Amino acid sequence: MFALDTLTHRLKRGCETMAYPDGPPPALPDRHGGALRVDGARCTDGCGACIEVCPTDAITRPANQPIALDLGRCIFCHACISACGPAAITPTGDHRMAVRRREDLVLGAAGGEQLRLAAALDEKLRKLFGRSLRLRQVSAGGCNACEADTNVLGTIGWDLGRFGIQFVASPRHADGLLITGPVSRNMELALRKTWDAVPAPKIVIAVGACAIAGGPFVGRPEVRDGADAIVPVDLYIPGCPPHPLTILDGLLRLLGRLETGDRAPTPR
Amino acid sequence: MSSETSFALLANATSLPWAALPEWPAAEFVRATAAELDRGARLCAWFGVPGDAGTHLVAIIAFDADNTLAAARSAPFAGHYPSLTATHPQAHLFEREVWEQHGLVPDGHPWLKPVRRTDAAGTAPANGEFFRVDGREIHEVAVGPVHAGIIEPGHFRFQCAGEEVLHLEIALGYQHRGAETGLAGGPHRATLSQIETVAGDTTIGHATAYASVLEALAGTEAPLRAQWLRALALELERLANHTGDLGALANDVAFLPTSAACGKIRGDFLNLTALLCGNRFGRGLVRPGGCHHDLEPARATTMLERLRVAVADTEQAAGWLWDAASVRARFENTGPVFAPQATALGLVGPPARACGLVRDVRYDHPAGWYRLAQAPVAVWPGGDVYARARVRWLELQRSGQFLLEQLATPPDGPIFEALPAPACPEPVSRAPDTLAVALVEGWRGEICHVALTDSAGKFRRYKITDPSFHNWTGLALALRGQAISDFPLCNKSFNLSYCGHDL
Ligand code: SF4
Ligand code: SF4
Repeated sequence: MFALDTLTHRLKRGCETMAYPDGPPPALPDRHGGALRVDGARCTDGCGACIEVCPTDAITRPANQPIALDLGRCIFCHACISACGPAAITPTGDHRMAVRRREDLVLGAAGGEQLRLAAALDEKLRKLFGRSLRLRQVSAGGCNACEADTNVLGTIGWDLGRFGIQFVASPRHADGLLITGPVSRNMELALRKTWDAVPAPKIVIAVGACAIAGGPFVGRPEVRDGADAIVPVDLYIPGCPPHPLTILDGLLRLLGRLETGDRAPTPR
Repeated sequence: MSSETSFALLANATSLPWAALPEWPAAEFVRATAAELDRGARLCAWFGVPGDAGTHLVAIIAFDADNTLAAARSAPFAGHYPSLTATHPQAHLFEREVWEQHGLVPDGHPWLKPVRRTDAAGTAPANGEFFRVDGREIHEVAVGPVHAGIIEPGHFRFQCAGEEVLHLEIALGYQHRGAETGLAGGPHRATLSQIETVAGDTTIGHATAYASVLEALAGTEAPLRAQWLRALALELERLANHTGDLGALANDVAFLPTSAACGKIRGDFLNLTALLCGNRFGRGLVRPGGCHHDLEPARATTMLERLRVAVADTEQAAGWLWDAASVRARFENTGPVFAPQATALGLVGPPARACGLVRDVRYDHPAGWYRLAQAPVAVWPGGDVYARARVRWLELQRSGQFLLEQLATPPDGPIFEALPAPACPEPVSRAPDTLAVALVEGWRGEICHVALTDSAGKFRRYKITDPSFHNWTGLALALRGQAISDFPLCNKSFNLSYCGHDL
């Protein structure tokens, strides 16, 4: 009787996997804000209010431009947005944030107001991984939020398995690492060993502000301020934590399974 | 009974001048603390405060039945003192921590070794000494720090006779980010975001404790509506995590209907938090002085509607779990912790309540909105995986009900008031030379934050105790005499924080 009930309940719930990427992506929460846009040209008086409030020193004033905002360091607290009178820093509501090169996360130069999307892996790697990517996850000082929102991609709503992406239990079975956390010194050795144990060719994905640049703990002597101090990184996914949609977008983009193209803010 | 105590009394989320703490020589201080614990008090925090003349030991204890906290300190000293752990095991990890941080040696401590091994660079925590069982049939199993799933790192060392675990020792510290040490001299610009990620799945719990400490130091309280918002967010955090835990427990006994459903519903609860503040984990909501985002009527209506659906979904998914005889067979008598052990170890939160201990900060030491609205404490006897799952289920029901009621009756008023600045050398909104304590019942149990200010009102010492710090040893005990294959299930039934422990 009970087995029948379970089956009926299950049938009644139907398919709960989202249509994305074939259909439209689920909406980000309205207060999320998505990727930031930095219009250096609007920063006319150079008051530096944003620099003073930023908890992770993500905003600097380079010699040749009014402000530069490093989205890799950013934890999206929005303090700078409120502090900025002329609205030089604004939320775009766009969930897409993954980039291939660290320097692409720095916004604010003329023509560099918004992120450039990550390019796919080269032809050879895409042939290898495009339809089947096995990742080993290493948390190295992560706070368990980046981990949780990576984990959620395995649930029925997101169903990462349908893209051939899977998290595996051994580095020997993996095509690469997905790293969260700033790399605490106490995890440095374990991360290195895990990386060594993955057979080549291999890729590394850094998820979250911590893994990119140290996150809220940037500069603490107990951490290494990001994964690329230890291993070469192929994909950076900003956020604190990145929304699951942002992580999925990054993974699919890396595998060349989403259209690239210019970054246009999604209307909100 | 707190009425006879020689400690200085204070209520949750209040402060006390540092000078008001009674001070004894170390040995006497340990004796006095032991006497209070014998009288039924519980150790919330035990830490060192370094100074010129040596280090003070400080004890924060709770008299749950009397709804009061109490504090005392030792005279500054260096070197040795008689261990409290020898008679009161609930101090064992605290004393190891103090030894590691300040070099004070607790004589008679049965297992003195580092907690986070922060000293020698490059020395992984597992490269230490482990308790070993000898014998020809005995083998040792080492697991971690990197685990098979998407989980934080930690090392587990099992001593086994065949399948049976004789002893489990847990070595943590891999997640150490300097979260607590970095607070000295603060608050700094990054402090709030660091507090929010001490344990990133408990953002609201830790941020609320931090905000309460700062408000206590400023001699004020957050506006009522902010306290209401914090309570809503704290219960949402509980709902999301407990739902995830029920799903994970179902998954570990291969009962997929509940596992699949709970994985999704957990996200629905996280999305309710995001509806309130934009972030699924509650980042940016709580701040000293109040809250940063309001729940306007339209938003509250949306939340209420979506909450009703999510609560009903959870009810259904949990129903399948409790109906399944195969689940019950795997949960019952697995990983038992007995009430006397739980008391001796000072367990908190669901693992304590699953041993029948009535222990819940929201009820014993209500602060903020919980002075005005409460949910019954969820208790279940037995101490096994089944009991821990049951407690979570009861809390899911009660927190769901609590939220539905509270959402219907919002208080009016502002959500933020900047902290006033009392008179002290610098115009900072924190009293000088003052100790403030805040307890919050997070979803894992009691979160304890203690701040001690210096003469300028800055943090001289800030002590964070995540519930996991009390509870990891409970997991180790639960494994005694169990099959090693039940470790994942037992581990999930505790679901403790690595980073919250490692700080
Ligand atoms: S939103 Fe990012 S850049 Fe702006 S203040 Fe916060 S962390 Fe700094
Ligand atoms: S980036 Fe933010 S959410 Fe991710 S691990 Fe770091 S602190 Fe946690």
